[in-house]
Amino acid sequence: MDSVTRRELQLTAANVRLGILEEVYSASSGHPGGSLSIADVITYLYFSEMRVRTEEPEWADRDRFVLSKGHTCPALYAVLAEKGFFPKEDLKTFRHVDSYLQGHPDKKHIPGVDMSSGSLGQGISAACGMALAGKLQNKSFRVYTVLGDGESQEGQVWEAAMFAAHYKLDNLCAVLDFNGLQIDGKITDVMNPTPLDDKFRAFGWHVIVIDGHNFDEIEAAFAEARTVSGKPTLILSKSVKGKGVSFMENQAGWHGKAPNASEYEQGVNELRAYMASL
Amino acid sequence: MAEKIATREAYGSALAEFGHKYNIVVFDADLAEATKTIKFKKEHPERFFDCGIAESNMVGVAAGAAAAGMIPFVSSFAMFAAGRAFEQIRNSVAYPQLNVKIGATHAGITVGEDGATHQCLEDLALMRSIPGMVVLNPADAVEARAAVEAAILHNGPVYMRFGRAAVPVLFDQSTFRFEIGRGIVLAEGTDVTIAASGVMVEQALIARDLLANDGISARVINCCTIKPIDTALLVSCAKETGCIVTAEEHSVIGGFGSAVAETLSESCPVPVLRVGTEDVFGRSGKVPPLMELYGLTAQNIAAKAKIAVSLKK
Repeated sequence: MDSVTRRELQLTAANVRLGILEEVYSASSGHPGGSLSIADVITYLYFSEMRVRTEEPEWADRDRFVLSKGHTCPALYAVLAEKGFFPKEDLKTFRHVDSYLQGHPDKKHIPGVDMSSGSLGQGISAACGMALAGKLQNKSFRVYTVLGDGESQEGQVWEAAMFAAHYKLDNLCAVLDFNGLQIDGKITDVMNPTPLDDKFRAFGWHVIVIDGHNFDEIEAAFAEARTVSGKPTLILSKSVKGKGVSFMENQAGWHGKAPNASEYEQGVNELRAYMASL
Repeated sequence: MAEKIATREAYGSALAEFGHKYNIVVFDADLAEATKTIKFKKEHPERFFDCGIAESNMVGVAAGAAAAGMIPFVSSFAMFAAGRAFEQIRNSVAYPQLNVKIGATHAGITVGEDGATHQCLEDLALMRSIPGMVVLNPADAVEARAAVEAAILHNGPVYMRFGRAAVPVLFDQSTFRFEIGRGIVLAEGTDVTIAASGVMVEQALIARDLLANDGISARVINCCTIKPIDTALLVSCAKETGCIVTAEEHSVIGGFGSAVAETLSESCPVPVLRVGTEDVFGRSGKVPPLMELYGLTAQNIAAKAKIAVSLKK
């Protein structure tokens, strides 16, 4: 990746993080930690990887994205707004009773959202169905989904993992956001699902492990996934929960809590300073 | 004696038949031989996918396929479709209003020997409670076939309930007309209406004869569509006959009888008595003694009809 492209992605991702903070601050609720940890990957997907049309969100041949860890939709909404699917000003209506920006992704009402999600474990199954439909219809679109590491404790994830490998869904690429924390603490303390790379390999997936905040590694992983034939790809993205906002980083307590006014201001200032440094 | 065909047989045959006419895709969860989706698989192997014993994922996969423009059917026993995968149906299918058709077989007590774990008596209640879900409960093979085609032509989620046991063919396919949301008057009567659904329609018709012997004139209506319920027909029956008995092979809690009672209590309050299983689990056994044991009989319908008539003002 050339330095200009990398800087643009970093700036976009920082704007996405500002959007995440604005959303959860305006809503006085929401899930900032896991949104910030996945911001770089989703930014890359929509700004470099996926073929989508903002003027035609339902374009039949578009690549699909399913946010299986649906509670981190502040990241998805901020990316969709940056991309131009809907106005950025609307982000501040997140979770408000008169807004279309629901607390978890709502396919029916939010332009650019390909699947409703939020009940953990279900998004990856839907992504499998989309990938299978693509093959049945001889379409070349690819399907991407993002899972949480805590989400991998849901049995349905493994039903879907079996299905994707059994039907050789090489047009499916899942990202597992491995930030190591869930609501009740460290995933290894709550209910240890590791080693997740070995588990997915054992289920018949091609597995790539990356630093989820390094755009060169993100780019290389998605490029590699496109070359894999006959099996789905799992990108295990090692990430930092709360990434980019110092006091939220690696804190399970910021899983589902909104910042107060001074915390919001500090977060915005940190992100603006980071952008100025790029 | 009329020919007997299980509605699940008709379901499988209909899938195979309509697979030539419509671009449907069928998912099963290791029960294709039992749900009869095997018939579709034989004629359309490229559009049949076994998901293994993983109903939750099957429903989610179907939701994704529907989101990508396909018309998927998912099949399992009612217990595992409506029961095991309830939340997937609610959140992945119904909330985004995806075009998934759920073909649930082996519903109710007529599962027989497999017993309580497999006898789903709650599926109508579960499915009826989901916003936007169409719920169909065919009475015979002809209605089952018609329901499948209507489900294909309906844009949105549909739950269809089929049985394991062979049941008499009540209708003539050449003249049968099916419309989602519309009940059918099968026999006229003036003293009471027996509103029946699914396999209980046959018992309702027998009950009408029993009541006639006692000088009671019973109307019989067949309500295949549990949701949206045919309010207009129910209200006209309530007005014209003054009382109702419902009959279903399902718990009296939350199912067809509840739907009728809810509707009439708001639109035209008259005595409504319900025949169904009474807040109990099933048990193993042959179908006829089970129907007897749980009161799913013409005799019980007739007895309730007499009470209903006596309760009229």
